[in-house]
Amino acid sequence: MDSDSSIIRLFNVSKRYGAKYALKDVSLDIKKGEFVFLNGPTGAGKSTLLKMLYLAEPVSEGQIIVNGMNLARISRPKLALLRRRFGMIFQDYKLISNRTVFDNVALVLEAAGEKPGYIRKKVMHVLRTTKMEKKVHSFPPMLSGGEQQRVAVARAMAGNPSIILADEPTGSLDADAAQATMDFIMKYHEKGATVIIASHDIQLISRTVKARSILLKEGELQRTATML
Amino acid sequence: MNRYVRRALVDIKLNKFLNLLTIITIALSILVVSTFMLFFQNISNMVETWNHGGRVMVYLDNSFTMEMVPEINAKLKSLNNTKQVFFISKDVALNNLKKDMNSGSIFFETLSENPLPDAFDVRMDGVSSFDEVTLFAEEIKKIPIVSEVEYGKTWLEKFLSIYGLFKVAGWAISSLFFLIALFITANTVRLAFFSRKEEINIMHLVGATDSFISTPFYLEGVFQGAIGGIIGLIVLLISYISLSSGASDAVASYIFVDIQFLSFKYILIIIAGSTFLGWFGCYISLKQLLK
Ligand SMILES: Nc1ncnc2c1ncn2[C@@H]1O[C@H](COP(=O)(O)OP(=O)(O)OP(=O)(O)O)[C@@H](O)[C@H]1O
Ligand SMILES: [Mg+2]
Repeated sequence: MDSDSSIIRLFNVSKRYGAKYALKDVSLDIKKGEFVFLNGPTGAGKSTLLKMLYLAEPVSEGQIIVNGMNLARISRPKLALLRRRFGMIFQDYKLISNRTVFDNVALVLEAAGEKPGYIRKKVMHVLRTTKMEKKVHSFPPMLSGGEQQRVAVARAMAGNPSIILADEPTGSLDADAAQATMDFIMKYHEKGATVIIASHDIQLISRTVKARSILLKEGELQRTATML
Repeated sequence: MNRYVRRALVDIKLNKFLNLLTIITIALSILVVSTFMLFFQNISNMVETWNHGGRVMVYLDNSFTMEMVPEINAKLKSLNNTKQVFFISKDVALNNLKKDMNSGSIFFETLSENPLPDAFDVRMDGVSSFDEVTLFAEEIKKIPIVSEVEYGKTWLEKFLSIYGLFKVAGWAISSLFFLIALFITANTVRLAFFSRKEEINIMHLVGATDSFISTPFYLEGVFQGAIGGIIGLIVLLISYISLSSGASDAVASYIFVDIQFLSFKYILIIIAGSTFLGWFGCYISLKQLLK
């Protein structure tokens, strides 16, 4: 295995909630610049796998290496730095409800210490791309599910991520908006970003060029194939 | 820095009630502590004045003659803490006494001989404690011609021991209030933290560092501390003005000292202390919560 170009590696990773396994003995190697689809039915463990990658929760067994760093031993400051390289789209959006759309997106850049002028420009750019520029001053609870999802996508892309982890990024969108979101993500992929998308939208998957598909079922890896 | 201030202000707006509660608590504690400080500052002024910066009367025995004045004067002046020395002959002392009593009192006419001793009035320099005066007096007693040394021993000593007791009580009560304010500040931060737990989780997930998250909390804490301190001092100042305008003259004529408000130095110390209080409350809570 060519470990040099690997950006994410899982070694026999399991995650237990109580006695129940959400992930069971998953080993995986994702190369730099790869486009990976993670699919499987509801409850298969897709979101759990992504959560392990950005260390929302620790694994129960096994090890994960991201960008050469062992997540089990990463320090808090290093983890913050690593997460800034991630563009994360959460299944439940995770927008801050008492901050405006603008502030929600700007947060990522502020946390990264960017300058106010750059932040303003960049935030407006990603919001325009996701067609949310008219809602910059709205608060997330005032938005529809699809609109919130587009804000979440905009936030994930604002920091020019080198790894995009998207959990059902098009789940609340109609076909056109879903395609627009995919195109947006593809643009970053073409610039070299590694992309992992968890979704059960087979349509979406089959439309996307050269993606590797990973199937999860009841927490176990079923097959991995590259679709052309 | 600007964005932290902005976020801190937004946070304060969102948590008006909690912030107000903290500021009031800090203000109350500062009021108690600064009241004690005001009290102590004035008492030490008073003691200082009463003591005239340390005044010691040195009485001489019968073998004294006027020729000895320069020698004794030099001896007294050579002592470490001496500032000024005045000679008061027994004739002068008698005259003073006559002036103080009803002049022409028949009592003095019947005296065949002046019963008062010759004396030196010695003023001390930079006295900080009563013990120092006592030591100084002991030193003077060693001069052979000296028969007695007087320095308002008994009543001043008694007063100072009571004052010392007050001081200990003041420290204890001040510390207690400081701890209460600290406890409440720390808990306010904790509550504010939990009320924003979701938001803080999200910030962590998108790569915010602990210091990015905690800086607005610290700014809030420091702001609350400073504002609380200033409010406490303003309340004290208002009570001082309204009380002293009526009572001051009467009291002053008893104690020979004007009651004064806290010196600028103490005001700065109090505000610095309350600012530190706000910061420290944050520190205690966030140290536990950000792990
Ligand atoms: N915090 C938790 N506590 C207990 N069980 C959990 C927790 N999170 C997930 N699970 C369980 O783990 C399993 C996998 O959940 P996960 O969210 O990863 O599924 P998913 O593949 O993302 O499903 P969906 O397509 O519906 O999003 C589920 O059975 C779920 O109930
Ligand atoms: Mg899921």
